[in-house]
Amino acid sequence: MRAIEVLSPGLLTTVQDLGREGFGPMGVSPSGAADTIALRIGNRLMGNAESAAGLEMTLLGGTFQFQGACIVALTGSDFGATLESVAIPCWTSFEIKSGQTLRLGPTRSGARCYLCVQGGIQVKPFLGSASTHLLSGLGGHEGRALRKGDVLKIGDAPEAAQKGTGKRASSTKGAHGVSGTGIPACSSSPNVDGLHRTRRISAAAMKPLAPRKTLRVTPGPQNDWFSTASRKVFYANAYRVAEEANRMGLRLDGTPLPEGAHGEMISEGVSLGAIQIAAGGLPIILFVEQQTTGGYAKIANVISADLSSLGQLRPRDEIRFELASFATARQLLIEQEKLLASEDLIEGMQG
Amino acid sequence: MPAKKSSGRASSLKLKKELSPRFEPASDQSLLIYFSHKITIEANEQVRKLLRLLELEALAGIRNLHPAYCSLLVKFDPLKWQHEKLEKELHRYLGCLDKVQLPEPRLVEIPVCYGGEYGPDLEEVASLHGITLEETIKLHSSATYLVYFLGFVPGFAYLGELPRALVTPRLASPRKKVPVGSVGIAGNQTGVYPFETPGGWRLLGRTPVSMFRTDRAGLSLLSIGDRVRFVPISRERFAELNRA
Repeated sequence: MRAIEVLSPGLLTTVQDLGREGFGPMGVSPSGAADTIALRIGNRLMGNAESAAGLEMTLLGGTFQFQGACIVALTGSDFGATLESVAIPCWTSFEIKSGQTLRLGPTRSGARCYLCVQGGIQVKPFLGSASTHLLSGLGGHEGRALRKGDVLKIGDAPEAAQKGTGKRASSTKGAHGVSGTGIPACSSSPNVDGLHRTRRISAAAMKPLAPRKTLRVTPGPQNDWFSTASRKVFYANAYRVAEEANRMGLRLDGTPLPEGAHGEMISEGVSLGAIQIAAGGLPIILFVEQQTTGGYAKIANVISADLSSLGQLRPRDEIRFELASFATARQLLIEQEKLLASEDLIEGMQG
Repeated sequence: MPAKKSSGRASSLKLKKELSPRFEPASDQSLLIYFSHKITIEANEQVRKLLRLLELEALAGIRNLHPAYCSLLVKFDPLKWQHEKLEKELHRYLGCLDKVQLPEPRLVEIPVCYGGEYGPDLEEVASLHGITLEETIKLHSSATYLVYFLGFVPGFAYLGELPRALVTPRLASPRKKVPVGSVGIAGNQTGVYPFETPGGWRLLGRTPVSMFRTDRAGLSLLSIGDRVRFVPISRERFAELNRA
């Protein structure tokens, strides 16, 4: 069995995939990777299904020893990784031999770094997903952040690289799904046996996918409750991410909105990236482990194409909001998905 | 797609007049449907009917549903749906609501040990209303509550309505940690905390029963539309049930 042993967990490291949708009526939010773009690209580099589980590290990475040879990639923010003291670049696949140690440090850019492994991290799924929901202690590895001494099983490497982005099959399903179909293993796919041909993300293709500090938003369902003066404050000022930012939500510090629409209303369903204005007039952005319903007025909502950027925001980062139309939001998402599915995203190198 | 489209249109017009559901985009991947601007059992029944219909006759590209007191948030795949198109499709569903049969409500009894360390706000609530601890407990445990919806965290049921004499505003500043199983009140609602979370509801007691368990079919003890009654138990009985 191939596995990863946690020698040190880092600040907050959890097993995450693309989350579990469809359980809102039970009060269960999707959870999943905070930066889905980073996890999806990492899985593409591995030839995994895009939804395969990886490790999400926060601000300070961990140290991991590998049992069995693996192909891995680090995506998201640069946590200064070394393999047996040799620096390892992000967004590039590399081979780890059995017994070798991968060490990550404090972040040099954004909040989160993903460790993706060919075959994916294998945990018992909860409601169809491997992702950890920290608040309720469900999913992932025993429903919690990783600790020293934890051992995580690595799945079998897919026989052929999954192509395209639409495939939602789990990595094990993928491995069995292609066997017997007569589809040979793709020559450019990462391969544990024999020579590993390094794959990396093209820097040029990556540029439009870089995390943003100016978040584009559409008007929230209570947008009209806020006075013109309130909206002016919201869109004209920079806000600072507070120390309490986590997977449930990001509290912001800065200029409070003038009195008016704050306070409570009848609780209603809330969407990912909703920006609610709590008592005191400061915004809170609801994130992947969000509450499913809430009773504060929402002035705006981060567009789908910018949700991954939220996952890279660190405490004290300065952000701004820019109003976008629903049509623009949709267009930006279509372009982003096109880029994520593009063949030009990944370049092969002679290893 | 809902069955019997033709008769659905006529009732859709009738429904518009009676309840006139209002649509509001919540984000580029979600749409809110409001049945009322105040909490009523009728509006909540419409929410439950639409939820049930969307569960029974699922629309491709709908990712999640968040029911609440008098609204339903529909989360969709933004590459497949746009608000206007979805709104049109949902009008067809709304037209069929009066034919939707809601399941017979279950009555679930939840044992509660009131007061003491389990209900740190019981005394204050009683004194706010000028009644005794016993009267407070009796008021809370004599009503039958409706599960309006589950939200906030997994398995948290919003129960209503609280007897008028118990309606109390939430705490001015929320607790950082509310123990698992705490039974609280806020405004005219009551509920049980399934997990240790922050919370601003006033705590009257605690139940030894798990509200959300992964080793149980259905996971959540309560489902939307259930009826709930709280049954006072002694500290000894709490300890017994807690061990079980």
